[in-house]
Amino acid sequence: MISMTPRKHIPLSLTLLTPTIAIILTLLAGAGIFGLLGFSPLGSLYTFFIAPISRPDQIGDLLVKACPLIITATGLVFCFRANVWNIGAEGQLVFGAIFSGWVALSFPDWPAMTLMPAMIMASIIGGIFWAMIPALLKVRFNTNEILVSLMLTYVAALFIDWLVRGPWRDPMSFGFPLTKMYSDAALIHRIDVPFVGMLGQLHWGVVGALILAIFGGFVLSRTILGFQIKVMGDAPRAGRFAGFSPHLVTVGVMAIAGAAAGLAGMVEVSASMGQLQPNVSFGYGFTAIIVAFLARLNPVGVIFAGLIVALAELGGDHAQIALGMPKVVTGVFKGILLFMLLAGETFNRYHITLRRAAPVSGTQEQ
Amino acid sequence: MSQKSNASGSHPQPLFEAVGITKKFGDFTANADVSFRIHPGEIHALLGENGAGKSTFVKIAYGLLQPDKGRLFWNGEIVSIRGPQQARQLGIGMVFQHFSLFDALTVAENIQLAMPAGESIASLSARISSISKDYGIEVDPAARIHNLSVGQQQRVEIIRCLLQDPKLLIMDEPTSVLTPQETEQLFSVLRRFAENGLAVLFISHKLDEIRALTSRATVLRRGQNVGSVTTKGRSNRELAEMMIGTKVKDVARQRAPANAKILFEVKGLNRAKANAFSVALRNISIAAYSGEIFGIAGIAGNGQDELMAALTGEWRAQQPGVIALDGIDISISGPAERRVAGMGFIPEERNGHAAVPSMSLADNALLTNHSLAGVVRGGVLDLAGMRAKAAAIAADFDVRLPEPNPLASSLSGGNLQKFVVGREIIKVPRVLIVSQPTWGVDVGAAVFIRTAMQELAAKGSAVVMISQDLEEIFAIAHRIAVLHDGVLSPAVSATKLTAERVGLLMGGDLADATNMASGASA
Amino acid sequence: MEALILTVLLTSVPLIFAATGELVAERSGVLNLGVEGMMLMGAVSAFAATAILGNPYLGVLAGAVAGAMTAVVFSLFALGLATNQVATGLALTIFGTGLSGLVGAPFVGGTIEGLPNLAIPLLADLPIVGNLLFNHDLMAYLSIGFLGLVGWFLNRTRAGLVLRAVGNSHDSAHALGYPVLLVRFCAVSFGGMMAGLGGAYLPLVLTPHWSEGMTAGRGWIALALVVFASWIPSRILVGALLFGGITIMQLAGQARGWAVPSQMLSMLPYIATIIVLVVIARNREFALANSPACLGRLFIGNK
Repeated sequence: MISMTPRKHIPLSLTLLTPTIAIILTLLAGAGIFGLLGFSPLGSLYTFFIAPISRPDQIGDLLVKACPLIITATGLVFCFRANVWNIGAEGQLVFGAIFSGWVALSFPDWPAMTLMPAMIMASIIGGIFWAMIPALLKVRFNTNEILVSLMLTYVAALFIDWLVRGPWRDPMSFGFPLTKMYSDAALIHRIDVPFVGMLGQLHWGVVGALILAIFGGFVLSRTILGFQIKVMGDAPRAGRFAGFSPHLVTVGVMAIAGAAAGLAGMVEVSASMGQLQPNVSFGYGFTAIIVAFLARLNPVGVIFAGLIVALAELGGDHAQIALGMPKVVTGVFKGILLFMLLAGETFNRYHITLRRAAPVSGTQEQ
Repeated sequence: MSQKSNASGSHPQPLFEAVGITKKFGDFTANADVSFRIHPGEIHALLGENGAGKSTFVKIAYGLLQPDKGRLFWNGEIVSIRGPQQARQLGIGMVFQHFSLFDALTVAENIQLAMPAGESIASLSARISSISKDYGIEVDPAARIHNLSVGQQQRVEIIRCLLQDPKLLIMDEPTSVLTPQETEQLFSVLRRFAENGLAVLFISHKLDEIRALTSRATVLRRGQNVGSVTTKGRSNRELAEMMIGTKVKDVARQRAPANAKILFEVKGLNRAKANAFSVALRNISIAAYSGEIFGIAGIAGNGQDELMAALTGEWRAQQPGVIALDGIDISISGPAERRVAGMGFIPEERNGHAAVPSMSLADNALLTNHSLAGVVRGGVLDLAGMRAKAAAIAADFDVRLPEPNPLASSLSGGNLQKFVVGREIIKVPRVLIVSQPTWGVDVGAAVFIRTAMQELAAKGSAVVMISQDLEEIFAIAHRIAVLHDGVLSPAVSATKLTAERVGLLMGGDLADATNMASGASA
Repeated sequence: MEALILTVLLTSVPLIFAATGELVAERSGVLNLGVEGMMLMGAVSAFAATAILGNPYLGVLAGAVAGAMTAVVFSLFALGLATNQVATGLALTIFGTGLSGLVGAPFVGGTIEGLPNLAIPLLADLPIVGNLLFNHDLMAYLSIGFLGLVGWFLNRTRAGLVLRAVGNSHDSAHALGYPVLLVRFCAVSFGGMMAGLGGAYLPLVLTPHWSEGMTAGRGWIALALVVFASWIPSRILVGALLFGGITIMQLAGQARGWAVPSQMLSMLPYIATIIVLVVIARNREFALANSPACLGRLFIGNK
């Protein structure tokens, strides 16, 4: 019979080893599945993980793909560390795109110097707005934030669908559900600096994402805000003893996650598409959850985790072109990776032993 | 093998007998050579303070634990009880302090789940109703558990036992969750059982109840049976003395300080029950003087947790004027503000309440220091400062560290407690409020901690100490009050109190204390 | 009009299957967010099996088995290794979606011969109702059958009582000696089988081809449906018809030139679910009686 007892102390080596083993097992399992279904296992690994970055200018693609993941996952790390299960980053991302889109489309003549900051502010407000619904419902009525935030992702997707097909549709789009193109001032441009240009389509949003992740790491580890969040997540009773407020922390982390997701939404639109369309997110909100776990809920780790998951995403794009496989197939790797990480968490936190079944025995209390 | 029986009943043959039961957990001896017997139709009390070994013994009787040494006899024959199912087959039923009920299901469904398969709900409901009537236990088989009061829920547990036709019913602290009326109802039910030949083993520390209900009592103290006696005609005082021991009288008392001013005052604190299992606080008043250790004695479950939360600020009454620190009203302040005002708190539970096990000592130092000046500047934590502080605490308070700045979870209980105590005392708070300062801690650490508290008081601070350990209270408190069922007795100087008097107070008898308090000066 | 009602009934079938299965899992205390993934595995397996073996009834079987096996993956991690149920469920959805796309890749563009209608003798001849209710394929009847079976099982059998007890207080159940993890494993596997059947219905009856992601979020709707129905089986039928009906309403609305945008109508089921969540949370009495108190909480079996 398997018995699990909590470990008293988690060695650092284990903390680093677990994601590494998880990644290796994922590659093996994924390749195995491809093999079983008649594809070449090694070939699939190559297509997914090597081919997409075999040229230097593809590094840029990798960073660009990782950009929204890094931004969103940084925010989610705050939520999950506080034990608040925000599954609605997808919807918060959409609302960030919506609010910033409104600014972009309403003020096309503003210069970049004012338009960009306004759009950033708007996207943050939009994401926070959508995140406040599950947050306030949880604080006021103790509703389950998982289900509420999940339902709201659908509402958000439908809302943007309506906007883009309805009141915001570009009359010149020949019936396609697209808004007008953003003015140049509303776009995030490629980084036009020597050397960096070699890395492909890198845009300034990537720089922003990296800065945000590092700043997030600083906040979590070195500020009173981060401390409150960690204590509330680990030991809520100790948090109240310290004088922290569980409600404030819940609302606060949801706001952080919503703001980050909203920002990611704006960056995605302004950097890639240049206009709003019904699909501004391609499951980034959900993928970011995997990134957060792979990063072991550490904002700086999010950078590396984001790159790895982005690689899998790029691999999926590549597989679509090279092998004619639908994009969702990256889900095989992403899903297995998350399974392995979760199992690794268990091995980290608990000492698992096999014991022969013993007669009913008691506990160590009087 | 049979032993001579002290025939106090009409049955010469004991129903249940324990001989030489011993049980150790590591170094700790929970039961040491416990022997006694219970006769059919007898209501027998198992009496003792917390930690005396009552729970351990009862788990052995019900098959949840195996004794290291000793034997159990059932109807004169040796038995080996390997598990609850076997205990039930023998005829032993047990009603635990914490119920195993499913609140969304009905009474009949709950009982059905505890019985072997095969009986329909309808037939079971009929049996439940008939037992209900026979013993006067009112319960509706179709009611949902969450709609029942705690007393009614307990009846469901009792009926669950009765349906399996027990000869001995063990009840673990059953009245701790009942109102006085429900307690009376329970007692008349238990008396009916006894009349029908059923024996009851009644675990409790409430002396009045034991004298009212039981015919004999076995008193445990520190794992040993200090006597099996009849309860008829015995006074609370005698029972308290057996429970607590008379050694207490010999400990040196401190002299109360003179010319002191009141540093911490609580006036008329009331707190309603948060749920069925909590205790309401009624009109609590405390006046703690500078330089003194004010001891609040009492057995667990009489409102200590609720009082502690009210004193730390984790629970706040919504109106001012109830709690003051050196004249300043802090009734509506939270814990962080109270600390800034000069208070320190050490709650009972070091894992998850006083400290976060998964975090380092430096982070744990931050837990109660973050609102103090200089620790957080512009939102940024002074981590180096906290590491230094944690190291200083460890050095000053003899905390043995496996490595510099370890996780709290890697410290032994005694060491973590020394850290948690040191974390507050090193700040020289003007008022220190502590609950169970030496619970679960080795003797050396306990002495260290008590000495530290005495030194703090000697510096002019006021210490309010809530403790279930009477020896501790008598060792260092200047004045003592007793918390019973949410009511605090008037404070009396330690020199005027004896163990017996405290025992009375713990049992709820205030008359003695009121006399002493009104006739004496603090 | 008759065509409209028929469409509503048919579109509700996958929802009834998936929601009924998830209800059983949740009543035992397990929140399995992987419904979408399990449905897609059921869909692709049903399509593939039918295409290869030529028999749609074998497709039904394949769908059920695939769904159940996908659920076993979830159980391995969430029950066997006590991993976080929310994250594990999400992983399952992503994995199931991806794997179904992979398995289905060679089948894109093909069609199959779906399930035939089985008219119930005599009843099918009734005016109006006959064709609407009694002239359906096997799976449609099965969906209602399972719904009734689950309702009976939960409320009238001892095994159902044990399952409800486990979902209400796994600690008490464990103290009484019941195998909490085994009960949950069975409940989750049943949920997987039903999700697989729900997914299978899509290619076998509704649209006889395969395309990746063809469940289009029905798995998430099924999750909402369970909450909307407050974990009461009979209410799932109402909810499924409602949720299914909304989609139809918007098409009908567009045809009639209604002013309300179709997306707004589509939002209604989700918003309704949120409202139900609030109402349940506020009404302690109702919550205590119906929602499984242990939903999503970790249980570690050794003491």
